[in-house]
Amino acid sequence: MCDVAFLLLTFFILTSNMVQVEAVKVAIPSSISEIKILETNIVKILIDPQGKIFYEIDGQEHRMNLLKKMGEQYNVTFTDKELREFSIVPSFGVPMSAMKSYLAIKAEDRSNKENLLGIPCDSTDNQLKYWIGMSLAVNPKILISIKADQSTPFPVIKKVFGTLQDLKQNRFNLITSLEENPIR
Amino acid sequence: MAEINTDKGGGKKHSKKPKGKKMSTRIDLTPMVDLGFLLITFFMLATTLIKPQTMEISMPSKDKVPEEEQSKIKASKAITIILAKDDSIYYYFGTRENDIDPEVIVSNFGPTGIRQVLLDRNASVMAKVAQLRKEKSAKNLTDEDFSKQLSLIKADDQAPIVVIKSTDNGTYKNMVDILDEMNICNIGRYAIVDITAFDKELIQNRKK
Repeated sequence: MCDVAFLLLTFFILTSNMVQVEAVKVAIPSSISEIKILETNIVKILIDPQGKIFYEIDGQEHRMNLLKKMGEQYNVTFTDKELREFSIVPSFGVPMSAMKSYLAIKAEDRSNKENLLGIPCDSTDNQLKYWIGMSLAVNPKILISIKADQSTPFPVIKKVFGTLQDLKQNRFNLITSLEENPIR
Repeated sequence: MAEINTDKGGGKKHSKKPKGKKMSTRIDLTPMVDLGFLLITFFMLATTLIKPQTMEISMPSKDKVPEEEQSKIKASKAITIILAKDDSIYYYFGTRENDIDPEVIVSNFGPTGIRQVLLDRNASVMAKVAQLRKEKSAKNLTDEDFSKQLSLIKADDQAPIVVIKSTDNGTYKNMVDILDEMNICNIGRYAIVDITAFDKELIQNRKK
């Protein structure tokens, strides 16, 4: 009995990976594509059904450098404490003007509705473009992926695609769940 | 809980030499099993087994290409798919020729909808791909060779070229679904393009 329990335990530890806490829950569409997503060096652009954009990048070091660069861009200086706080935030979606107050609040409160503002991605204020551009500067190896909800309206998707095209990132990944190929 | 059983066992009471204490080494394993299962439960709840898949897409570059370097597609090979409200699809072949508008047809995402149209149009490529699959299982082609030949087949000049456009009412699911159809139907040449006034006009005219 004890053996079995620990055998199962070992199995689960080895085969599974931790659930990542994301700022928003999205229902991803399915596709027949069988390419597995990479675990490291990945940037995820999360888009919720209302079209709010959230951003996720792996690596604490990269995150700290990224925020520092973004701060320089938008003339916001972040303290070491804030940088450290940012390095453990899994995914975020606030405009740069609200970043300081976002980092000041408790981690549990960050997923409250009023703190999920989304990153602006309009032609007048395209902060997403800078986030991606800076991420590429911080870690040139990163792969850009988009994880959007099924019911996200197309104009938002078009805006994000357009932003990526502006940055000459013409190849990117759409995260989907697996579906069986009907023809084979 | 976990105690070591220290009772002497039925020793002879009357023997002269007191025997050394016979210690049983059996340990009660129940708490350990409990712990094991507790950890299993924790890992089952805190982890995921499925890794999400990813679909790779390439968008056309936004750089301006001079007119003479642009590759013009043959109108007879072009299929334009427009994603519209409530998961509906409009499609038409070619473009306006001699002032005659192409006929716009309504379709859907079902197996008999747009997929059938694409499969019919792409029949020669589909046959070649099926042949290649057979060869792969028979002659044990390596995956590398397989994908190389597959992309060669897909780049066939005679294969249809699909232009995907979406109205503002389309959703992300529609977009992924239509890209998926491209993979299912082995269409090598497709592009996501912004909708034009001409397309909107065609749909408007159709609705009348």
